Amino acid sequence: MGSATRTLPPLSRASLILRLMAIGAVIIGVAGLFAYAAGWLTPHALTPARIADTFELVGGLHHGVRRNHAKGVCVSGRFDSNGQGVALSKASIFQPGRTPVIGRFSLSGGQPYAADAPDTVRGMAILFKLQDGEEWRTAMINLPVFPVRTPQAFNEQLLATRPDRTTGKPDPAKITALVARYPESAPAMQLIRSRPISSDFANSTFNSLNAFRFINAVGARLWVRWSMVPAQPFAPTSTSDSGPTAKNYLFDALIASIHRRPLEWRLVVAIAQPHDPTDDATIPWPPDRQHVDVGTLTIDRVESDDTSPARDINFDPLILPNGIAASADPLLSARSAIYSQSFTRREGEAKERSAVSPAETAR
Amino acid sequence: MGSNSTQFALASRILHWLMAALLLSMLFIGVTMVSSLGNYHRLVAIHRPLGITILILAVIRLVNRMFTTLPPFPPTLSPRERWVATASERMLYTLMLALPLVGWGMLSAGHYPIVMFGSWHLPAIVPANPALHAVLRKAHTIFAYLLFVTFLAHVGAVLFHTLIVRDRLLHRMALWSIRSDRATARTD
Repeated sequence: MGSATRTLPPLSRASLILRLMAIGAVIIGVAGLFAYAAGWLTPHALTPARIADTFELVGGLHHGVRRNHAKGVCVSGRFDSNGQGVALSKASIFQPGRTPVIGRFSLSGGQPYAADAPDTVRGMAILFKLQDGEEWRTAMINLPVFPVRTPQAFNEQLLATRPDRTTGKPDPAKITALVARYPESAPAMQLIRSRPISSDFANSTFNSLNAFRFINAVGARLWVRWSMVPAQPFAPTSTSDSGPTAKNYLFDALIASIHRRPLEWRLVVAIAQPHDPTDDATIPWPPDRQHVDVGTLTIDRVESDDTSPARDINFDPLILPNGIAASADPLLSARSAIYSQSFTRREGEAKERSAVSPAETAR
Repeated sequence: MGSNSTQFALASRILHWLMAALLLSMLFIGVTMVSSLGNYHRLVAIHRPLGITILILAVIRLVNRMFTTLPPFPPTLSPRERWVATASERMLYTLMLALPLVGWGMLSAGHYPIVMFGSWHLPAIVPANPALHAVLRKAHTIFAYLLFVTFLAHVGAVLFHTLIVRDRLLHRMALWSIRSDRATARTD
């Protein structure tokens, strides 16, 4: 067998074709699986990129700006833990002590230059910089529940609430059709419509809405949702006076209050009972659930998106420290994926200037 | 294993097949997660530590490659095929080192914590920089496609030699020992 290749009889024509086909099948098969995994064979499937496209379609394409919650200001401050959270989660942030934070207040929607309006959804995003280099990022809004349960419904809602070209308002028929397809949205939208709206960012309560898991030092697991409850007293939004309001009136009021004195929110953790839904952000938990006040968030600095490092932070709600974990809520993984899309897109673009300028935040 | 063996050293063969499995899994996890809404988080949580594992193995493999004698090319490989084989080997080594480094760099530039398991995380390897994040993110995708195409070419070439030329090229990398008088294709 010293000259194996020479002594081999030539392959028959049939055998040669068969072998070539086998090689082709392996290569095409693996490449096909890869294309399938990448979603190239299902171009109409909903992907993170397609939802980011929907935001660009609805809000317009604004370079360098978040695809949602485009308008905002950046803040910084601290979180003082009172130690009450230690029993709930082993995350080091709940040990008594101080954690620096940066964050961002925003209005929902993809238009960075839209005029502030009282019923526009308000957002508070916070990045807690834990001592050992871990981070906890959370993006909360001032709604009691989320209007939709799944990313599919969310994408349809974005399209349905798009202002009609002729009337300039969303087409009510589209909303009705959406609610018919996703019945869980009807009670959620009712709760959202009937919510009391506060006058300012400073006296708004911001909710995580999605459920998370807390794991404590002995491995006990709890299902939780959390809220930032303002120390600033509630005042209703003044819907009666129809006089002209400044385009940035909500942000200007926030900036003025932070310059006057630091603003405070209590971080309150609601703990689920065994049958409370942990994968459905459209359903509120009963109000009698145990609530634990775990510490105080103090915001004492405000900066424009144009100058703050918080502009280049992705407030991905699944960047969690050890001791906090995701639930099976389908919105959570989807949010993480879509935020990442938005982040990568805007970070590669030249930045449009913020509607709330550095001069405005310095006043 | 003597230097006149027709097979790669055992350590090289083990590293080859282990990394082949990890890299192929990684390519599929990567391409699946970026188009997935529901499984995105779960897959990213695997992708990051698996990427660092591949980086460590790739460094070990590079060192192993530098200190190991290779079996000679079978005579059935033409000079041009030998050039292509060498170039694609270099390409594969470069990519399996570069892909995890670019991924690590891209998370660093994007101001992300680089979480492995639990509270264990890695430091940033480049400063936070938006434009750099965008460039590295794109490079990560391009390198991954390049790795996949090079992988397909590599598999195609080895299968062609093994099944059509029948020069037992695949035996050089078999995990089990092949007697060299059977494995050799030396003709002179």
